[in-house]
Amino acid sequence: MVARGILNFPSRPSIRAAAVAAGPLEKKKSIFGPLFDKLHDSELCGEDTNEKAHSRLIEDACGLALEKAGAMPADADFLLCGDLVNEMTPSNFAAANLHLPYIGLFSACATSVSSLAVAALLTESGASRLALAGSASHHNSIERQFRYPIEYGFQKGPTAQWTVTAAGFAAVTQNEPGYPEIRRATIGRSVDYGLTDPLNMGAAMAPAAFDTLSRHLFGTNSVPGDYDAIITGDLGSVGSSLFRQMAKEEGLEVRRSKWRDAGEEFYGDDPSFFAGASGAGCSAAVYFSDVFQKMLAGEYRRVLLIATGALLSPLSFQQGESIPCTAHAVELSMSGGGQS
Amino acid sequence: MDQKTYTQLEQKMTPKVPLAGNLIRAFLVGGLICAIGQAIMYFYMYFFDFTEKTAGNPTVATLIFIAMLLTGFGKYKKIAQFAGAGSAVPVTGFGNAMISAAIEHRTEGYVLGVGGNMFKLAGSVIVFGVFSAFVVALIKTILVKLGVIGW
Repeated sequence: MVARGILNFPSRPSIRAAAVAAGPLEKKKSIFGPLFDKLHDSELCGEDTNEKAHSRLIEDACGLALEKAGAMPADADFLLCGDLVNEMTPSNFAAANLHLPYIGLFSACATSVSSLAVAALLTESGASRLALAGSASHHNSIERQFRYPIEYGFQKGPTAQWTVTAAGFAAVTQNEPGYPEIRRATIGRSVDYGLTDPLNMGAAMAPAAFDTLSRHLFGTNSVPGDYDAIITGDLGSVGSSLFRQMAKEEGLEVRRSKWRDAGEEFYGDDPSFFAGASGAGCSAAVYFSDVFQKMLAGEYRRVLLIATGALLSPLSFQQGESIPCTAHAVELSMSGGGQS
Repeated sequence: MDQKTYTQLEQKMTPKVPLAGNLIRAFLVGGLICAIGQAIMYFYMYFFDFTEKTAGNPTVATLIFIAMLLTGFGKYKKIAQFAGAGSAVPVTGFGNAMISAAIEHRTEGYVLGVGGNMFKLAGSVIVFGVFSAFVVALIKTILVKLGVIGW
């Protein structure tokens, strides 16, 4: 039986390499900073505008991921990438400079995983030998689009999250032993629980994360105990406690150390970031640095990555609409780990 | 979990906004800004040829100028995170809304960027400020004409 929305990859495409480029605040404040491959000292990353800096981050991360995979941009077959700026211009400009066949993907902050799933599908079909998949966000260019000017003074509440300046990319190849393998993916549904507060995205996204988690577990006949870690994207501290509570009430085993959230961990416990980090670059930066390295080191054998995204726009918010959310999941494992 | 149960769970688990603390901080900072404004007003009256009626305009201009400097140096948003309405309601909040939008959009050029967006946030303050002034003036004019009150 085919479970709805679940993709199986019997050829086990590998993540051959991964790289992250980030901004100055991430260099200073993120606990993952030392794991990132390139850290810029200025928010503009040497460019004239925030949007160009956003593109620069994408190009840097793509270039580094290819370099680590021992390849050149000309060796790659596809670029799968997305961001949060209108019409995804930063991704489009980066793609123009990389000269690769390119599909822009918008799943808001869940693009890190949706791009990985599409890359795995392309690889599975034989169309791709090397595909770049990832996502990015840039604090200044995203805030100005979704909220207020950067220097505008308004009080953020304890549920607000901080958009990260980072890009994370993975080089997906056909199976190569010794590297994390993409085993399955679950494509998220758009879930709308009627929440309307754009400064409490974690709470809006938690039901989507739970929906995808339960569908993945059911469709793959697995339990949380089968995974070394279940890592959500950017629920933040508020959203992830809601997510864990939902899982608990549905009878799923919740051991605190195993249920991680990239947004909650990103800036440590620093209260100046409120409920934690968010943005399309947040999950990508953690998945493609910390998680990837832990898998290579053998600390994780099988993980489930559930990236969450809030599918709102400033227009839909101003028109009083609720916030539909999604979550996409991919299951990674090291050879021999998990069930086939 | 259905939507209703989730909404209840969400209400229960979401950290509350510290209302009492926010009110006190807004009161203190808002009051401080007004006290500074009063001091500037006395300064203009004492050292220059302004009267209580005419000192208002240079005082407001000075406060907005200070707010612009603080915004440009990235300090105003930090004050606002602490003070909330205390820094948003006084005229300095108006200056901040204007200059922050102007800084934000300078990459789109002076005409379409700075000029077109400067009043993106502060615009509604002007629209509703002018409109409510008009309504109040209208009411007063009617009352004066009816002989209820004098000018």
